[in-house]
Amino acid sequence: MMILEQFFNLDYPSWWFLVIFGLFAGYAILDGFDLGAGAVHLFLKKKNSRRIALNAIGPVWDGNEVWLVIGGGSLFAAFPKVYAALLTSFYEPFMIFLVMLIFRAVSIEFRSKEPMAWWRKMWDISYCLSSICMSLLLGIFLGNVLLGIPIDADGNFHGDPLFFFNPYSVFVGITTLSLFMMHGAIYLVMKTQEHLHQKLRIIVRDTTIFFIISVLLLSFYTILYVPRMSRNIQANPWLFFIPVCMVLSIANITRQINRNKFISAFVFSAFTMVLLFLTVVIELFPVIIRSSIDPTYNLTIYNATASIRSLKIMSVFVIIGAPLVMSYTAFVFYTFKGKVKLDETSY
Amino acid sequence: MDVELLSRIQFSFTISFHYIYPPLSIGLGLVMVMMEGMYLKTKNPIYEKMTRFYTKIFSLIFGIGVATGIVMEFEFGTNWATYSKYVGDVFGSALAAEGIFAFALESGFLGVLLFGWNKVSARMHFFSTVMVTLGSMFSAIWIVVANSWQQTPTGFKVVGQGLRARAEITDFWAMALNPSSLERILHVWLGAFISGSFLVLSISAYYILKNRYVDFSRRTFRLALLVATFSCVSQFFSGHQSAGIVAKYQPTKLAAMEGHYPAMAPADLYLFGYVDAYKEQVKGLKIPGGLSFLLHQDFSHPVKGLQAFPREDRPGAPNLVFQTYHLMLIIGVFMIFLTLYSYFLLWKGVFFDKPWLLQIFVWSVLLPQLANQAGWFTAETGRQPWVVYGLLRTSDALSQSVKAHQVLFSLIMFTLVYTLLFVLFIYLLHKKIQHGPYSRGDIDHSPLHKSMGTQILK
Repeated sequence: MMILEQFFNLDYPSWWFLVIFGLFAGYAILDGFDLGAGAVHLFLKKKNSRRIALNAIGPVWDGNEVWLVIGGGSLFAAFPKVYAALLTSFYEPFMIFLVMLIFRAVSIEFRSKEPMAWWRKMWDISYCLSSICMSLLLGIFLGNVLLGIPIDADGNFHGDPLFFFNPYSVFVGITTLSLFMMHGAIYLVMKTQEHLHQKLRIIVRDTTIFFIISVLLLSFYTILYVPRMSRNIQANPWLFFIPVCMVLSIANITRQINRNKFISAFVFSAFTMVLLFLTVVIELFPVIIRSSIDPTYNLTIYNATASIRSLKIMSVFVIIGAPLVMSYTAFVFYTFKGKVKLDETSY
Repeated sequence: MDVELLSRIQFSFTISFHYIYPPLSIGLGLVMVMMEGMYLKTKNPIYEKMTRFYTKIFSLIFGIGVATGIVMEFEFGTNWATYSKYVGDVFGSALAAEGIFAFALESGFLGVLLFGWNKVSARMHFFSTVMVTLGSMFSAIWIVVANSWQQTPTGFKVVGQGLRARAEITDFWAMALNPSSLERILHVWLGAFISGSFLVLSISAYYILKNRYVDFSRRTFRLALLVATFSCVSQFFSGHQSAGIVAKYQPTKLAAMEGHYPAMAPADLYLFGYVDAYKEQVKGLKIPGGLSFLLHQDFSHPVKGLQAFPREDRPGAPNLVFQTYHLMLIIGVFMIFLTLYSYFLLWKGVFFDKPWLLQIFVWSVLLPQLANQAGWFTAETGRQPWVVYGLLRTSDALSQSVKAHQVLFSLIMFTLVYTLLFVLFIYLLHKKIQHGPYSRGDIDHSPLHKSMGTQILK
């Protein structure tokens, strides 16, 4: 392996592998809760409940989506071959993902613009379905990345266009959906009060059960049918602390809910996502996309990387930009802290 | 149809649709900053009403702009994978910078702008409005930098051969400040200011004609006309500068813009015309040697024409380049006269007595939109057959594994979704305008000038 310039004992492609996964983890944590809030939206039956739920994410969902844009742009810049291979392999599902993203954005925006019940109901349904569809697809993309994609030496896709729809990836999709639903429900519990709050507590309980069932089944499925995925953890027993932490973290979510510590529950739900991403990182590194045709076609951080100069330039962007982005995010969340109160500017 | 044609149609369709919205957000943002600034300065609640009213229109525009913009970021990868691999090192960093430095800023503060009226102080709200506007202007910087690099690439070296060749960045500032980026950023900003201010002018003129919110609308009209006049006049100079840069760095594009074929001869300037690509000549009304004069201040100075270049290196549709360029130019000149004349009448205090002029302003909202689209068509079709000028051909930039039927599927899907989106947008915008700036509880300040209103209505 070639010797590359290092930054704090880690070469630049490795750093950027971590940065990209960090960005997508950030996206999952942030947009995850508003996608989840969307996915449970139709469980709320009252008109006013739906309105409050929508306004709970109102000021922040657009900022959350920025993480997808930054993640996508960074992937494009840091690993252009991976960006190209992923998007061409998932051509149809990704186009559907984009259309769902558009529908979701306009549903939130358009819903409040007309008072008619049918109008609002139509956008409620469109908001909920597009959120569910996006969550499922995000999971399906991740599942296929874990499983491997039929790409050749040039990163060109050679497979059935419907290859993405395989049982394992669908399992990952469902688990992602359940995780987002739980995460979103906890966020809504945090932002609501009285009757709606009580109703959401039930939804939190149900979605948590949904998530625990999904994640257990996914784990069994992985261990039984895709055993190579636990190879790294088998080889390094000390890494077993990650599944241990994950189980404890999930258990702690329910514990914190029962103690009415919703912020803490939300933090642990986010922490669970970080641990899940950490598992993915450990499993993949240093491969980013495994070729299911031939392992020598794998796209790794070393054969898919942009030039080191480009990575260095972007590292400067991150060092300057990250504190800025965090401060805007913190400012917005701080401004809209506490329970949702509707006013004339609300959706 | 083949993959290349379908992919090009899809990209131009999705980008053209997207580009209806960002210029409106940028320009409207600037006008909103002025309105809210006036509110902070004068404490007159009418300015707060203005800001709140236009914020609602802004949120409608912004939402569609963001959603259709995210499509663009990923379409490079889905349909132009070879291009993505070729330019990722250079172009990708500009896109990432846009996300980090611009989009995060505007989307972060957007929440406060839309929903923070009762949560933060008036100063803090004003600050958020400024940040959203700056954020959207910064977005334009990075996107135009990326596009300008495709027009006039600098600061890179090419590594590898054939389909595996790729551009590697060697000098970030040379890439970002490539020969055309500064001029083009200015041109795009001014185009955006014109779009946004003409939207406000149109809405204001409509209200004044209908004798609704007259005092309110006269104030918004004045503010917006200031922005519009300044921007239209500046755009004339910016356009001239841009053309000079095109002449220097993209001679094939310049030649196509005026349909100039002779390899080395004085070039004419057409007012209008038609390029016959087969006979390699233009029919129309021209100023002989006009282009030579504009570029070199000499009517007989020779300019390189299309015949100086091999056929495969010339833009494939010179008439399209010619027509869109002239459309942009004619609209630009018309808007300069319209705004200057209106400003003169406003200064004399007789502007609002001219309903026919207000009527023109109601419809003029379409002009900057047309000019923006036409200008980008000139820029992008004039760059053909290259996707990165002189380096990578559009036909080589495609995704190798994507088939025509896949692109046809997504193209049909986008056509349907965007048509629906556009219909809804127009419907909701119309409704918002009909509803007006005042909610039922508010006192309607208009009409203050009954006599004039009834005159107009007659």
